[in-house]
Amino acid sequence: MSEGIYLDNNATTMVSPEVVQAMLPYFTEQFGNPSSIHQFGNKVGLAIKAARKQVQKLLGAEHDSEIVFTSCGTESDSTAILSALKAQPERKEIITTVVEHPAILTLCENLEKDGYTVHYLKVDGKGRLDLDEYAKLLTDNVAIVSAMWANNESGTYFPVVEMAAMANAAGIMFHTDAVQAVGKIPMSLKDTKIDMLSVSGHKLHAPKGIGVLYLRRGTRFRPLLRGGHQERGRRAGTENAASIVALGKAAEMALEHMEHENICVRAMRDRLKEGLLAAIPNCFVTGDPDNCLPNTLNIAFEYIEGEAILLMLNKQGIAASSGSACTSGSLEPSHVMRAMGIPYTAAHGTIRFSLSRYNNMPEIEKVIVAVPPIIAQLRKLSPYWDAANNVPVEEPEKAFAPAYA
Amino acid sequence: MWDYSEKVQDHFFNPRNAGAAAGANAVGDVGSLSCGDALRLTLKVNPETEVIEAAGFQTFGCGSAVASSSALTEMIKGMTVDQALKISNQDIADYLDGLPPEKMHCSVMGREALQAAVANFRGVEWKDDHEEGALICKCFAVDAVLIEETIRANNLSSVQEVTFYTKAGGGCSACFEGIENILNKVLAERAETEAAAPPPPPEPVKPAKAPLTNLQRMRRIEHTLEAIRPQLQADRGDIELVEVDFDKKIAFVNLSGACSGCQMAAATLGGVQQRVMEDLGEFIRVLPATEMGKF
Ligand SMILES: Cc1ncc(COP(=O)(O)O)c(C=O)c1O
Ligand code: FES
Repeated sequence: MSEGIYLDNNATTMVSPEVVQAMLPYFTEQFGNPSSIHQFGNKVGLAIKAARKQVQKLLGAEHDSEIVFTSCGTESDSTAILSALKAQPERKEIITTVVEHPAILTLCENLEKDGYTVHYLKVDGKGRLDLDEYAKLLTDNVAIVSAMWANNESGTYFPVVEMAAMANAAGIMFHTDAVQAVGKIPMSLKDTKIDMLSVSGHKLHAPKGIGVLYLRRGTRFRPLLRGGHQERGRRAGTENAASIVALGKAAEMALEHMEHENICVRAMRDRLKEGLLAAIPNCFVTGDPDNCLPNTLNIAFEYIEGEAILLMLNKQGIAASSGSACTSGSLEPSHVMRAMGIPYTAAHGTIRFSLSRYNNMPEIEKVIVAVPPIIAQLRKLSPYWDAANNVPVEEPEKAFAPAYA
Repeated sequence: MWDYSEKVQDHFFNPRNAGAAAGANAVGDVGSLSCGDALRLTLKVNPETEVIEAAGFQTFGCGSAVASSSALTEMIKGMTVDQALKISNQDIADYLDGLPPEKMHCSVMGREALQAAVANFRGVEWKDDHEEGALICKCFAVDAVLIEETIRANNLSSVQEVTFYTKAGGGCSACFEGIENILNKVLAERAETEAAAPPPPPEPVKPAKAPLTNLQRMRRIEHTLEAIRPQLQADRGDIELVEVDFDKKIAFVNLSGACSGCQMAAATLGGVQQRVMEDLGEFIRVLPATEMGKF
């Protein structure tokens, strides 16, 4: 698929060639255990130290010891929430949002079974929170607030810096799943009240299977994995040295490209948006386009289904993803789209295009040409579409009301 | 993405009979918007002979929904209405060389659209008894609604029993937690109603059929294994019955030849156990003879 056009960078990213180069020696010459005294381990320990500094810099953390390497974003999320519950056994409530990634939502649903109360903040049609509702929930019973920095499907930001300050004023810990935001937008955690933050390497051109939990100095903490003294005992298990080095390099490169991401990648995203909206009837952007990641565009194509669109795009070498139920094998479309009140006829047809600095403008122009005929072809098959006049059938929900709903 | 067969891909990228059939005199609309699948099937049926002369479909749905619709229209053209009604969703899936378990509901939708269209042709009302829940067991495509109903109808109380009745859990066993959650819910409700109401008159839990004797069981197990052997022998393997522990409900077998060391041994035994249970009509575990000392 080297000739393909990859617009699914929120799912995962290509590992940068420079990152691969940086990590390779740690499979061969530098295979030692960083905990060992001898020369084989020593260099590895130094390389991990350097990587920690690189990540610290990207996050704008005050101390490098606030960076804890984990195995993935999901582990960081679980560690943060379970730690807060364990460290404060008298607090039995959690505040989160309805649009979190399953790494948070599934965990919270499971905690409800164990007797915890979880408050799920709702979102409006553009995916925005009601901070008054949030303020009312900040009581002494709450162990932790967890709200994502940027949504993986729509790219929409939550005001996490403000929310963290509110939680802090109420004496409550604040965690943010920043897996989609880190590396795409500038951060300075030392100037915020965020206590914990999750990172996943494979979203910023590092390999899969490496993550970070940022843990502000002074935050009460209980490890998820206990054992050796690695990561100062906060995350036992021999370090994934090669991937840690890779993540360090990727963090350094993300910082170097921060301006590019926010000017050039954004420009490509905006061109894609204008091009598609101009060429295709009955489609709209979901989320809050004015307050969203520079690389993400989520469009709902009405009256057709997302998986079918993806299959046709794939045939032309274009990779994107969908909030359709049928891509996940579940029956309900994306919880994010439903939470924003997107009707079913549109929610199933949402397509997420997520770009990276490895895309270029000619690719975007190709996509703008490729998509409209696919949409038209699928609409011809749709019972909600009047193929003769190329418009939705009149009152679609009534004209086609199938036997069970 | 999905592991779609060539046939599915062909029917998706080159759908047959898309759009409404010309001169249609029967229409069936089924599906559910929330599930992201909806299908309108139109038929032109000869009123004299009841032969389906033309069929057309319009589908809002994923790749396999489009492919299932397209396949269905191809299959039924030229059939009489009664012949067409005999088509099962499995037939549709087979015609397409199979569908992933998560997508079997697409073929179910095809069959239901057909029933609805025929009802429409005959001027009767079609009522759908369709209810579909979250997919719990991916190995055997069993959903939550079926599991829950089966637990209630048969008063089941263990995962093993659920496996026996529905097959769910009989493969990789990754779905045990999901099954247990449903079981716990139903068991809790059962405990509540039993606590609230006076105990109902004792009713026979087991069917009145005379239970098998151990000798009969042994013979049936042997019989089943005999039936399986040719398949294994084709892969240069074999199986033999070593011992049956009726108290613990375990049959110990020797897997030999190519089967014994292969990674598929566990999966093979799972399949064997399924067959043995079906033929025996009761729960039994099938384990390698090497496990014998451990019980
Ligand atoms: C917002 C968000 N959180 C968490 C994760 C999970 O990260 P990982 O795959 O590293 O466990 C993802 C990735 O899909 C994500 O988008
Ligand atoms: S998912 Fe149920 S046995 Fe594999």
